[in-house]
Amino acid sequence: MRKLLPYLLLIPTFFVIISFIYIPAFNSFKMSFFRENKFGTKTIYVGLDNFKKVLFDPEYLQIAGFTLLYVGLTVLITIFLAFLLALLLNKNVPGTYIYRALIFIPYAVSPAIAGSLWTFLLDPVAGHVNYFFTNIFGTQIAWLTTRPYAFYALLFATVWKMIPFSLIFYIAGLQSISNDLLESATLDGANAFTKTWKIKFPLVSPITFYLVIMNIINAMFKSFAIIDVMTKGGPGGYTSTMMYKVYLDAFSYQKTGPASAQSVVMFMIMAIVTVVYFVYGERHVHYG
Amino acid sequence: MYMKTRKRIDTIFTEIILIIISLIVFAPLLLAITISFQTPDSVFSYPPKLFPTTFYFNNYINAFKAIPFARLLLNSAIIAVAITFGKVISGILAGYAFANFKFFGKRFTFAFLFATLFLPAETIMIVPLFLIMNQLGWVNTYWALTIPFMASATNAFLFRQHFQTFPAELEDAAKIDGAGPMKYFLKILLPLSKSMIAGVVIINFVYSWNMYLWPMIVSMEDKMKTVQVGVKMLISGEGTNNWGVIMAGTLIAVLPTVIVFLSLQNLFVKSLVRSGVKG
Repeated sequence: MRKLLPYLLLIPTFFVIISFIYIPAFNSFKMSFFRENKFGTKTIYVGLDNFKKVLFDPEYLQIAGFTLLYVGLTVLITIFLAFLLALLLNKNVPGTYIYRALIFIPYAVSPAIAGSLWTFLLDPVAGHVNYFFTNIFGTQIAWLTTRPYAFYALLFATVWKMIPFSLIFYIAGLQSISNDLLESATLDGANAFTKTWKIKFPLVSPITFYLVIMNIINAMFKSFAIIDVMTKGGPGGYTSTMMYKVYLDAFSYQKTGPASAQSVVMFMIMAIVTVVYFVYGERHVHYG
Repeated sequence: MYMKTRKRIDTIFTEIILIIISLIVFAPLLLAITISFQTPDSVFSYPPKLFPTTFYFNNYINAFKAIPFARLLLNSAIIAVAITFGKVISGILAGYAFANFKFFGKRFTFAFLFATLFLPAETIMIVPLFLIMNQLGWVNTYWALTIPFMASATNAFLFRQHFQTFPAELEDAAKIDGAGPMKYFLKILLPLSKSMIAGVVIINFVYSWNMYLWPMIVSMEDKMKTVQVGVKMLISGEGTNNWGVIMAGTLIAVLPTVIVFLSLQNLFVKSLVRSGVKG
């Protein structure tokens, strides 16, 4: 019984991940080598054709470039702001409990709702952001429908939504730094700036590493809802990410072959991220 | 003296910055509350209101009329509860297997599970997953919305790590008292893991309540949609001239997770941090 038990315990988890992650992943690879004919009646083997079409398509490359920019900037800004905020919240000034509660709230807000809230705030007529913007800069901006403002709008909403997750980890990380260490640094004449960037930041680097990976996943995939609600990938495809393109190709244009090829491209990117995680992160960051 | 004054200035400065940042972060929700109580003709008043000037509750009623909101809320609740339930149970079982047993294939199964950490099924897998649902006849059913998400590597690892913190002597002592591995698990380990389980429940609930892309594509009929998708339906249905109703709907959709989050914040924060970094 004791020999068999661990296998029985693993059945539910493995049933789900094999049926709904491994088998679809395998199908995705398989489908990426096929294409449906014009009437959707037959699937034809086309070899690497779907990949060639995707990777040499200037539109797709533009989308890949935008994804890189969007993911890169949101992750950088989020990590930077979260770290600074964690420093402030860790000073434990009176009222910290309330500030923390308020600043953590976007964690519970879904990406779709974040998109909805920011669509309202940025509305050219009713939104508050535009009111302040008009008064300060004297111009009225159609945030969601013009370049490059649609991109900025997505950045606001995404960073707002993503900060609390990183913040929670940084606060915990900073709390675990020993006070003795910081005190002896003070005695050695280190100022606040040195203490922050030469001691605290390096000490939480395993957390930073973990957060960079998790935020990349969030920005690549989960931010789909923000984009779908706010800009629908527009204007003119300007804010379409790789994930958004898969969705459009598969479910609006019924091009499952090319959509699968794009999924496989994203798999590859995530595989690289995974390898990086293992090679550089295993020693410091643990999942289990 | 000098140090003391400096410290006081530092505290006041920190205090001011934190108040400003808290207000900025909370502003989207606050302004949504404001606009959700404005009458339709005062929505576009200039300058825009910071706090409600009217108490117009009809926006909330109209949100329920514009889309089948009650049904969407019910769907979201069913899905979130079912996924949370499944995920927590499968995670506890797998975590127990990895933490307390030596068995053939342990390293392999662990790596096999680990690899899924970087493949969020509800997004990257949508095309093949949808085709599988189609073959099973699960499109537009609760099955498609729940079953594929009833297990995750994160939960398994979380509970594995948690169970590993119990000393081996505890199990040995139970064994001497005649308790088998299942009895030890049910009577000793689980009761000692209540706060851990509660924390994971909250994380899973927020996750599943907030899913968007997958519910959107797999439920094509309105009666199977979730509140997240409902919010988008409101925006595209109402146009951008009825912000009162749209924000009322948005607030209804966000209320459950915000309430859960605010009331159990400490528990939640502790469990979330444990999910990522060994502490």
